[in-house]
Amino acid sequence: MSKILVIAEHADGQLSAGVAKTVAAAKGIGGEIEIAVFAADAAAVADQAAKLDGVSKVLAVSNAANANPVAAILAPQIVELAKGYSHVLFPGGTFGKDLAPRVAAKLDVQQVSDIMAVHGASSFDRPIYAGNAITTVEAPEGTVVATVRLASFQGVAEGGSAAVEAVTVDAALPSHTRYVKLEAQKSERPDLQSAARVVSGGRALGSSENFKVVYDFADKIGAAVGASRAAVDSGYVPNDMQVGQTGKIIAPELYFAVGISGAIQHLAGIKDARTIVAINKDPEAPIFEVADFGLVGDLFQVLPELTGKL
Amino acid sequence: MKALVSVKRVVDYNVRIQVKPDGSGVVTDGVKHSMNPFDEIAMEEAVRLKEKGTVTEIVAVTIGGAKNEETLRTALAFGADRAIHIKDDGEIQPLTAAKALAAAVKKEDAKLFLCGKQAIDDDANQTGQMVASLLDIAQATFASKVEIDGEKAVVTREVDAGLEVLEVDLPAVITTDLRLNEPRYLKLPDIMKAKKKPIETVSLADLGVTAGAGVKTTKTAPPPSRSKGIMVKTTDELVEALKGKGLL
Repeated sequence: MSKILVIAEHADGQLSAGVAKTVAAAKGIGGEIEIAVFAADAAAVADQAAKLDGVSKVLAVSNAANANPVAAILAPQIVELAKGYSHVLFPGGTFGKDLAPRVAAKLDVQQVSDIMAVHGASSFDRPIYAGNAITTVEAPEGTVVATVRLASFQGVAEGGSAAVEAVTVDAALPSHTRYVKLEAQKSERPDLQSAARVVSGGRALGSSENFKVVYDFADKIGAAVGASRAAVDSGYVPNDMQVGQTGKIIAPELYFAVGISGAIQHLAGIKDARTIVAINKDPEAPIFEVADFGLVGDLFQVLPELTGKL
Repeated sequence: MKALVSVKRVVDYNVRIQVKPDGSGVVTDGVKHSMNPFDEIAMEEAVRLKEKGTVTEIVAVTIGGAKNEETLRTALAFGADRAIHIKDDGEIQPLTAAKALAAAVKKEDAKLFLCGKQAIDDDANQTGQMVASLLDIAQATFASKVEIDGEKAVVTREVDAGLEVLEVDLPAVITTDLRLNEPRYLKLPDIMKAKKKPIETVSLADLGVTAGAGVKTTKTAPPPSRSKGIMVKTTDELVEALKGKGLL
């Protein structure tokens, strides 16, 4: 039977939404599911992880060295813990992408990146070529080390009550990597990666000031705000708002693409959205080919009008 | 200090990918190939560090068949001083690539190992981290700013939550993200000069690497397609349609 270790991602004392999604993938594999939380003081986050449905145990690894998510520091501890498990799964954001290969290399196994569907204990689907092809793969013998594509899984519900166990991990930690700081974009809006509704603006917004119409509309419907690569590269919004192949890959219930033409690289990031609404001046814009609802019009008229009508 | 930059030959990013009808993979024969765009950014960064005097020698390295020589010539035209071609005609998975590249870093005694954060063919996003892991050295992935200061590097990383800054001791692995720089256009004289620069050919065996068990791809399929939906004419129609579906 599989015994699966899920590595928890968290920030500011909050478990990330991606962990519930990673547990969902683990449930697809089946077997016993445990979560490891690494932090300076892991107790509070471990309690949150213990509530996730399907989890049998949470390992709280408290160590001052774990105050920040530094891959080089976490990897040796995970390698040590991994000995008792058939699978080690990571949420597939930048945290897991940075960390998982460092663990896989030490365990001497090839890693499976971005699993989007589970067929069995070692059989998964994963995207290649920016999602333009989907492969079914078989992981090799040994520990299965994988990252989970968050847009492909619905997070498990809360309601569980797993045991939390404080664990000490005996591993030599390197001193070659020092965390300096995180410049986070503070926002009162929902998190782009996990929001049910997202409004993204493109190059057509024309300036950072003009993005206000996007924010106003998003706030009206309780949506997170994203942007196309063109809007980010033009400096209208910070890079962590980029939706697309090289930015965030998201799967909201409702997605508004506003003034976004629909380059392949942007579409790769929204393929899993339940409903796509496109608003664009150009009736020939490729975004209309994938939109469930399209409206040809000037966004500077359409958006305020929509905001007023809701 | 010496920088080693790994460059991968991939299907050009402008090519529309076709899945083979029998599901055995994607069509790569007769399709334009070029250097992985993220690796171009790594090359450009190495060249800029050399122009600043921080890096004194750039060695480009690739793994693959005979055609990969083109990719190395591109790297040499960028400004690499010489190149290493790890020749192998089989499928090279990330851990195998990382073992070979780690051996090359050791052999060259390089202080910096640069590569793209991922290759746009398999999108694995693993090799750089694995090189760092195998060598037990620091890694700074998804870099959008790199400052070298003596035996240290301060690297700004693009993470989901914003921009993270790490300080790492050298030697270190740095994987490059889109906004680190804009690679230069290659000029004809540089392309001509690149033809005369030396390329050393080695095998995986020369580096003491054997490919272990790999991830086996059993099927390749096109993604489910989205169909074109409804065009509405007014915001009223749009609001009505979305409310009708319970979305607003």
